Amino acid sequence: MTSAIEVRGLTRRFGDFTAVDAITVDVGEGEVFGFLGANGAGKTTAIKMLIGLLEPTAGSARVAGFDILTRSEDVRRNIGYMSQRFSLYDDLTVRENITLYGGIYGLTDAEIRDRGDEMLDALGLHGVRKSRVGTLPLGWKQKLAFSVALVHRPKVVFLDEPTGGVDPVTRRQFWEMIYAAAARGTTVFATTHYMDEAEYCDRLSIMVDGRIAALGTPQALKAQFDSPSIDEVFVRLARPSAAGAA
Amino acid sequence: MRTTERLQALAAFVVKEARHILRDRQTLTILLLLPLAQVVLFGFAIRTDVNDIRLAVVDPVPDAQSLALRARFLGNHRFRVVATVPTTDALDPVFRRGEADVALVIAPGLADAIAGGEPARIQLITDASSPNTGTTMQTYAGLIIQSWQSGLVGARGGVRIEPAVRMRFNPTLESVNLFVPGLIALVLTLVSALMTAISLSREKERGTLEVLLVSPLRPWQIIVGKVAPYLLLAFANVATALLAAKLVFGVPFKGSLVLLLAASTLYALVGLAIGTLVAAITSSQRTAMMGALLSTMLPSTLLSGMIFPVASMPLPLRIISNVVPARWFIVVVRGIMLKGAGVAHLWQELAILCVMLFVLLVAATRSFKERLA
Repeated sequence: MTSAIEVRGLTRRFGDFTAVDAITVDVGEGEVFGFLGANGAGKTTAIKMLIGLLEPTAGSARVAGFDILTRSEDVRRNIGYMSQRFSLYDDLTVRENITLYGGIYGLTDAEIRDRGDEMLDALGLHGVRKSRVGTLPLGWKQKLAFSVALVHRPKVVFLDEPTGGVDPVTRRQFWEMIYAAAARGTTVFATTHYMDEAEYCDRLSIMVDGRIAALGTPQALKAQFDSPSIDEVFVRLARPSAAGAA
Repeated sequence: MRTTERLQALAAFVVKEARHILRDRQTLTILLLLPLAQVVLFGFAIRTDVNDIRLAVVDPVPDAQSLALRARFLGNHRFRVVATVPTTDALDPVFRRGEADVALVIAPGLADAIAGGEPARIQLITDASSPNTGTTMQTYAGLIIQSWQSGLVGARGGVRIEPAVRMRFNPTLESVNLFVPGLIALVLTLVSALMTAISLSREKERGTLEVLLVSPLRPWQIIVGKVAPYLLLAFANVATALLAAKLVFGVPFKGSLVLLLAASTLYALVGLAIGTLVAAITSSQRTAMMGALLSTMLPSTLLSGMIFPVASMPLPLRIISNVVPARWFIVVVRGIMLKGAGVAHLWQELAILCVMLFVLLVAATRSFKERLA
């Protein structure tokens, strides 16, 4: 299996504080990879380095086959990104948001129109295509944002807590969309705080204090830590004292 | 990425920015009406030219000539004689009570002095508690005395050299003529620096900027995309200000409109670079707004020579005023509008603005990259 993401000893220090401490991990093509960790464990810093928003202090990584240091331009063209903050423009309509991102990624007008129609059909948003995004319910917005992040058919898509504040039904639908994208060959690299979502991932890693403390399929991790759920694996790793007391 | 794709990405971004601006109707309306309101308000309210100057006259021994001179003042619409006192000492209480602005003191024997070809002894005393107004009043009074003097000589057919104190370029001393260039600077500063700072920091606050930075768009494309629509708005504002100045106050426009628009573009770009810098440094929309106001509006109004002449500032402020872009831009606009000056006369100011633009752009792009990560 070829790797969509190869991380080798990636490190980021802020002064004396090491936010990400020499992490090494491979994510295969079409894999749904869960990138877990407590708040402050270094997830966001690691993602920012992979998507080119932050320079590593040491180490290297390849994303979509391109070195993040020397080929950042190619990396950008081949990845999608959806941040934990809602990434569409509230004062633009659904269609205008699609057109904007399509245009930024260099799609032709015809491509933008066709993919936009496809997207609206799939999401059932045809009726509101001329409505401002700000007027839509949060769940619709998140699904739309995910679709827009995929409009240029990236090889890898990074999702930073994509389902924050969304109801369980929408979260389920959201994960169906993630699987559908993975089935089309898109690699999904997602962070989440919902442990039930972590169970949906093909493989996951759990970060503690800047290091990857555990890595494997959900089943393997549960077996390794002798726990009935990922939730418990997570608590044991992230807060050993708390788990011991429980 | 290929050039066409780059341009296409940029175009998509510009369209988005234009939509933001057009969609926010309230802000747009305010921005479009702003220059009109400013020109009218400033033009009427904050004028430094003075009408209704209260004049005290000291003429202990009136004769034909002194009465003729006094008649000149009486006949001028700006002056109103409020007191006629016998001695200079009697003026003191009048000034102290604030009853007169200017005193005209005529030494006894004016007619004899003129007939004998001796220098006429006339003194002007001005209440200078407000220096700018004082200077203006003094100048008005001086002009009247001069015209009286030249009239005298004309009557006798003699030749006399007139002292050259004519107010060039603004002969009627209309302050609105001097204000309009400053207002153009102010409006451009507001639209370019403030609006860019707000709109960029909004993207930063909402997290959309992060998404843009992860896209193939380069930081310069994001900045250009932000700037282009506001530049258009800035043009509209310059046009409005000029038109209002012309129609309401009859402010002359002697120079090249093309040059003025070119200079305005340059100045707007300086403002936009400042706005970008402010947005990159600050962490919230509110801070960005205050930062932009503080770093652009205040110096543009107070240190630019728009209201207070740079020459009358204390030395430290005069030195600081050199780094205020508006100070140079106002010289350019005044030069073009009132003197009809061309590039040959204004190249120094324009060059200074170019250097400022370059430095600010480098700083803005750099801090943009560093701060957002």
